[in-house]
Amino acid sequence: MAVFSRGFGARRRESDPELPPGQYLTEDFPVLSAGPTPRIDTADWSFSITTESGAVTTWSWDELMALPIEDVHTDIHCVTRWSKLGTSWRGVSLDTLFADIDTSDAYTMIESYGGYTTNVPLEDLLDGKAWIAFEFDGEPLDPEHGGPARLLVPHLYFWKSAKWVHGIRMHSDDDPGFWEQNGYNMYGDPWKEQRYW
Amino acid sequence: MAIVAGWLVGTVARAMRVTPQGRVLVLDVPEWPGNLAGQHLDLRLTAEDGYQAVRSYSIASFGDGHSIELAVDELPDGEVSPYLVQDVQPGDMLEVRGPLGNFFVWRDSQTEPVQLIAGGSGIVPLVSIARAHRAAASAAKFRMLYSVRAPEDAYYASELEGLVDDSFALDWVYTRTAPAGFARTAGRVTRADIEASTLPVADNPLVYVCGPTGFVEAVARILVDLGHPAERIKTERFGGS
Repeated sequence: MAVFSRGFGARRRESDPELPPGQYLTEDFPVLSAGPTPRIDTADWSFSITTESGAVTTWSWDELMALPIEDVHTDIHCVTRWSKLGTSWRGVSLDTLFADIDTSDAYTMIESYGGYTTNVPLEDLLDGKAWIAFEFDGEPLDPEHGGPARLLVPHLYFWKSAKWVHGIRMHSDDDPGFWEQNGYNMYGDPWKEQRYW
Repeated sequence: MAIVAGWLVGTVARAMRVTPQGRVLVLDVPEWPGNLAGQHLDLRLTAEDGYQAVRSYSIASFGDGHSIELAVDELPDGEVSPYLVQDVQPGDMLEVRGPLGNFFVWRDSQTEPVQLIAGGSGIVPLVSIARAHRAAASAAKFRMLYSVRAPEDAYYASELEGLVDDSFALDWVYTRTAPAGFARTAGRVTRADIEASTLPVADNPLVYVCGPTGFVEAVARILVDLGHPAERIKTERFGGS
């Protein structure tokens, strides 16, 4: 049973059934990062998938742009409790990138420029659930929001949508990434409020 | 100091107006497990009809004990911060969860030089780190740069001035109004400020930067441009409402 905070409620916002528990709506686009924003020129950018056999498949920026690009409209939910509804992105589906990848591993470690990592089960990246996104609201993605490209896996808390994405490494086990070693949940389902350890 | 699962009941012990927009709150939380310098918590308010709102706040206090100190800046269209800054009174109850975050922290086993850079209410976790440094009588070289709009907007100004000694230096930046006689013209932090008033790359300091997103972005970029390795710069950003 919660305690009541005397007099709280006069300034309350409307409850919104589209919001997961414990989230509030924002029109801003706040930033959660552990360090400086890396600056990566698209001419130097690449993205690769590394499997358990050591095979590495790499895409340059131009090669990524030549793949089918999808429009994505989705809600996003940050573990720091803000949510944005109906955001617009463009990106390449992970289904496209994994189409010719041969792996038996069930887990992935997402690796970013700047050293950030986060772990996501492979099944959460496939079947239309995740993209490498490079446009937000019709504009190239700002560096502070992960540009030139970030992972977009919006059904999980947004720290899983790694900014400045550089590659995916297949893992046989669900090993913790950066925030997962520093107090955040291994999976991060916002509807189950899987925020912390 | 493990996180305690679930919400802990807290009582407001003291509430002090310290800036035109902010208050320091001291909460008494009997089950609080203590916290490291630099950690934060989630704070939950519940209205009488059951409506709840939760926000994250950095903690100004550190160590063992069940007394938690927060400093809260009022956001104009917020729903939690105006209540905490204007309405809540000693004796009122709320709930907290934590401590949270194991990255933006300082432990007294750390011996390397440390540069703290705060913008506005971003001072809160850095005050906690500065207090821990003093409490441990740490010989680690510390320097703090604190950017505020005007002198009256500074949290903990006199306490921070009182920390200054051979191992703790304090520098101010005023972005809108500088006090009379202050050498630097009011304005946002520049590369020249960082060069003149923070530990140099040659000292290989660990740098903690906390403040609004725009401030942290600008400062972190300058630090990287000056040659500080990105992995030596820890950032914490405020955003949203």
